Amino acid sequence: MYRIRFHGRGGQGMKTASRILGSAFFQQGYEVQDAPRYGAERRGAPVFAYVRAARRTIQERGIILEPDLVIVADDSLVPMPAAGVLQGVTPRTVLLISSGETPETWRHRLNIAGPLLTLQAEAAAGAEQHFVGTALAGAAARLVGVITLLALEQAVQLELAGLGGETLSSNLDQALAAYELMAPQAGLVSEGEALAAAAYQRPDWVELPLDEADAAAAAIHAGATSVEVRTGLWRTLRPVIDYQRCNRCWWVCSEFCPDSAIRVNAEHFPEIDYDHCKGCLICVAQCPAHAISAIPESSEAQP
Amino acid sequence: MTRTLITGNAAAAWGARLAGAEYVPAFPITPQTEIIETLAGWIDAGEMECRLVTLESEHSMITAAGAAASTGVRVFSATSSQGLLYGMEMVYAVPGYRAPFVLVNVSRGVQTPVTLEPDHNDVLAARDSGFLQLHCATCQEVLDSTLIAYRLAEDHRVRLPALVNLDGFYLSFTREPVEIPDRAAVEGFLPPYDPETTRFHAGEPVSQGVVVLGGAYYSYFRYEQHLAAQRALEVYDEVAAEFAQQFGRSYDAVETYRSEDAEIVFFMIGSFSTKAKDAVDRLREAGQAVGLVRPRLLRPYPAEALRRALDGKKGVAVIDQNLSMGMGGVLHGELAGALYGRAGMPSVLASFIGGLGGRDIAAEEFYEMAAVTRRACREGSTPPPRLLYTADELRQMRKLQAVAHAERMEGKQ
Repeated sequence: MYRIRFHGRGGQGMKTASRILGSAFFQQGYEVQDAPRYGAERRGAPVFAYVRAARRTIQERGIILEPDLVIVADDSLVPMPAAGVLQGVTPRTVLLISSGETPETWRHRLNIAGPLLTLQAEAAAGAEQHFVGTALAGAAARLVGVITLLALEQAVQLELAGLGGETLSSNLDQALAAYELMAPQAGLVSEGEALAAAAYQRPDWVELPLDEADAAAAAIHAGATSVEVRTGLWRTLRPVIDYQRCNRCWWVCSEFCPDSAIRVNAEHFPEIDYDHCKGCLICVAQCPAHAISAIPESSEAQP
Repeated sequence: MTRTLITGNAAAAWGARLAGAEYVPAFPITPQTEIIETLAGWIDAGEMECRLVTLESEHSMITAAGAAASTGVRVFSATSSQGLLYGMEMVYAVPGYRAPFVLVNVSRGVQTPVTLEPDHNDVLAARDSGFLQLHCATCQEVLDSTLIAYRLAEDHRVRLPALVNLDGFYLSFTREPVEIPDRAAVEGFLPPYDPETTRFHAGEPVSQGVVVLGGAYYSYFRYEQHLAAQRALEVYDEVAAEFAQQFGRSYDAVETYRSEDAEIVFFMIGSFSTKAKDAVDRLREAGQAVGLVRPRLLRPYPAEALRRALDGKKGVAVIDQNLSMGMGGVLHGELAGALYGRAGMPSVLASFIGGLGGRDIAAEEFYEMAAVTRRACREGSTPPPRLLYTADELRQMRKLQAVAHAERMEGKQ
């Protein structure tokens, strides 16, 4: 069975990537299971998705413990323990990181001996800036080596049918280009085995002790802990205030901000708290003076 | 036979669509919302003739479902976890209307603390309500069970609402190959709803939810619901047989997997049972006679079929993805009740609590549960209930508690 994990940020298209790869396997006659995994997160938060593919009915469920292939859409997730990118990676796991740096750099940084590839995945023209899912699905399809170009093409068309004409065709180009790029590595990923029951490591089960109710109640005892969660990292688009146009109405943007991330200073100018602004852009839509615009987070023109 | 990759939520929506549901009272909740979104999309596009109404709560939603069913239309609704609990007053009330409809529950652990991931405490809270309960293990089963549930609920010998349960995430958001039958084939199995006498309309007033004092009348009405639910066992077998004949997929009230010659069996409900099947295959490869017994139908409780499936087994590893505080696993207690005092029944029922709040059950944990049960059979003593929880998980918990403790002390200074 192939076990493949995609890691990225909400909005990068990891769910879509897993579905494209899942559909491509399915076109190829495989049994497939694909699923995204996320909680209450949103755009920009770490998310992952997984694909299982096998020649027989798939009974396994849930998170993949020992992946054959791990694909990372945003290299800033690799060192983040909570993202779990390296969880269960073995010497035979293939790692594909979308990054401008070389495989050698990453191998050295992670002290990993197994196969590691990098690819500077680009979002398709017309697609949202950070949507790199299709390219990575195309790369994955070639790395497993059992998916034809035709099956990949059909899968992209099926999964992105709702996007229509130009967006679909430019995404298709991205997927096919990545598929071609990975040609030298075709078949690098191999199917993993199931854990045998003859010799397994016994689970380290423990008896839960009865603790004091104070310690055993799910409560947070410090105030304003949400401030410590830098949700600004989730942002893919950044609202920027043009103070020449701001008419200091002093309330519209700050009132509408669902995260209370806009404060008004003593001079009645609003200031955005970029540590916590998630980039929902409600302020951009609400500002009566049209003084707030949105720029991509990665843009060179960032102030 | 064409198969399509769809999620469990989409499979539930397809079930409602193919059943020709005419009225859908709705209220969103993760991880169910995709079901009503899918239905709303189809209705909006003119692909499904149905009225979908968003209510202001699940309490109103279940009320609307019961009331609409009393008018003789085919009703579908869906909820999850806190939503089901919020509607619980009416979940217990509407079965007494004796007006059938289908409610899908996408299992999600209940608070406190809050989670989004699944266990079965939500749906088991509706256990004694009068709703029939069908529990699914695959996306295909979700679609098929929805169709079967309508036939069962609407049968004149039953006429009770039915709950179809699927696990959040593991089925709700997971795509698997599903054969979507065509409408004509479904109509052969599930013709348009004939409400017979359930046709409330303005010209013929009916009062539902009436008061009866002096326990004897009350006892009658309540016991009639119980008898109807019990009758549903026999009706289920007929309906499932007909479904198998028409669609080629068998859904016995109790699924057995490699259990015929097994000494030890896993006993559980829900999507993790496919993981148990995998474990059974691996254990068989290692030369162990292990199988799986899974009740699909939990209400009515298929006690006789379970006794047949477990006759002659040495031990059962009961895996409860739920927890009744102060008692333990609900399935374990119910199974013991069904087997107690009967000849030929396994003497060891080992109780395991696992998968709470979506916690994974790893392959080696299935192997170890089989080993523990086998050892208990050899020694002739039932082991104490076991929570599937590792030393590493407890270490993580202790770290979190250390942070909480420090914060609490800071707050007191």
